[in-house]
Amino acid sequence: MSEPLVLGFETSCDETGVGLVRGQTLLSDALATSVAEHERFGGVVPEIASRAHLEAMVPTVHRALAEAGVRASDVDAVAVTAGPGLTGALLVGLAAAKAYALALDTPLYGVNHLAAHVAVDELQHGTLAEPSLALLVSGGHSSLLLVPDLAREVQSLGRTIDDAAGEAFDKVARVLGLPFPGGPPIDRAAREGDPQAIGFPRGLTGPRDAPYDFSFSGLKTAVARWVEARQRAGEPVPVADVAASFQEAVADVLTAKAVRACRDHGVDHLVLGGGVAANSRLRALAEERCAAAGIVLRVPSPRLCTDNGAMVAALGSRLVSSGVAPSSPDVGADSSLPIDVVTR
Amino acid sequence: MPPHRRTLVQEEALGPLPWAVVLVLALDTATPTLVAGLARWSPDGATEVLAERAVPSGNRHAELLTVAVTDVLRDAGLALADVTAVVTGLGPGPFTGLRVGVVTAAAIGDARGLPVVGVCSLDAVGSGVRTVVTDARRKEVYWAAYDAAGARTDGPGVVRPEELAVTGPVVGDARFAERLGVEVTPAEVTTAGLVRAAAPQLADPSSAAPLVPLYLRRPDAVPPTSFKPVTTS
Ligand SMILES: [Zn+2]
Repeated sequence: MSEPLVLGFETSCDETGVGLVRGQTLLSDALATSVAEHERFGGVVPEIASRAHLEAMVPTVHRALAEAGVRASDVDAVAVTAGPGLTGALLVGLAAAKAYALALDTPLYGVNHLAAHVAVDELQHGTLAEPSLALLVSGGHSSLLLVPDLAREVQSLGRTIDDAAGEAFDKVARVLGLPFPGGPPIDRAAREGDPQAIGFPRGLTGPRDAPYDFSFSGLKTAVARWVEARQRAGEPVPVADVAASFQEAVADVLTAKAVRACRDHGVDHLVLGGGVAANSRLRALAEERCAAAGIVLRVPSPRLCTDNGAMVAALGSRLVSSGVAPSSPDVGADSSLPIDVVTR
Repeated sequence: MPPHRRTLVQEEALGPLPWAVVLVLALDTATPTLVAGLARWSPDGATEVLAERAVPSGNRHAELLTVAVTDVLRDAGLALADVTAVVTGLGPGPFTGLRVGVVTAAAIGDARGLPVVGVCSLDAVGSGVRTVVTDARRKEVYWAAYDAAGARTDGPGVVRPEELAVTGPVVGDARFAERLGVEVTPAEVTTAGLVRAAAPQLADPSSAAPLVPLYLRRPDAVPPTSFKPVTTS
């Protein structure tokens, strides 16, 4: 008997993702994005994202099925992000997933978006070592997770106390006159810059600070102050150096805390996920520090690090194979779904 | 309002239904009461409602709609495989709830290869000559006006009740009677009303319009004219 075919839906932010996974094999990962529609607002506008999800939903399902070469009637289970995320956006995916599950007569799993970011790595690197640590960084989240059992038990060790790391990238990009979203252009600009040029602050790294929490608000403000001081003085802004120094500060804090958490908890596997995990400096520094600490680092390809439907299908597949009970038919979305709820 | 840029949802047009009698699954989430119903419709206009659930679900449409669909199928002793067309209200209504019904209808139709027909939800409230009003929040109402034959003559629109000039009977959300200055006969979206409104498109599903919600309002988002310096914001 072949492994179960799982259809996954992701609509927690501005990406409409529909993916198909069989066991741990990625079959398709169809994506529609409304990112361009948010650009002029400098951030994701929830209502615009929700409207775009509705328009994109059925065509994206069709693309996912076509890419995978399967029919809807072949699907064995449906999984959907039930939170955390933007409520209106989540509800489009949830309602669609529930309708497909009903119409295809399959079980439905409402799952945690953050756990799905971890699960997606199984599509590229096989079954996760348990326990693992996961560092998830994106425009919406910055979290350090301990994962004793991906299907049933995920614990939050730390999280951002203010901005998500990706938000800091967006705001710094704006200050530097770079486009939205800020991650890729800062990464590009930083290649020409000196990461040691400016000593930007490392938030929450003092001896009395929470060891695994993050703060990026102070860093963002420090970068803006530095740039504005230059502008007021009529001096040119060294964009590449600012980008490189900012990026270094983010990567330094994230990787130092992740490696420390691994050591403190006796865990020797670290998974990166989220859009910021596509950042080249974060990946390089994580590799360096993990190698030095004897930690096995697992990083999905950039395409799978950002939000997508395959990650939800991957977690759904893990839940099916672990024998976890499906969600109740009246499952809802929860914009602030806690991480210890893997499936609801 | 011009149609929204991209249109969804049903990619292939479907030809006239080959069946003399259509078993319709009707859905609406444009108001705080979600509606799921099953009806037999025949091209001679006869509509027989087999089962209906009207659930005062507030903002829990996404939780309860598919449950209501399962319930009406059980009530009618039918399976989803027996359904031959889906009708859904396109609003106007509060956006988040409205989308639940539209995407549910689109997904069920897609998964089972059924035509999906969208109608103005106000068309499914009351009958005959009337003005329909429903809650648009923000102290406004959604409204539309109908002639004696039940054809929509004006609207749908969104307006402050004080500014809505009504003649003839008003039906819908009676909480607005005082602000409208007229009596409002309570009435809600019904399965029969949805199927009646869908009749022309059920007769020829290839004429069905794209499933685009009647938002009537633009998203609340104003592009910043200039970004304030971070340090002073
Ligand atoms: Zn994410």
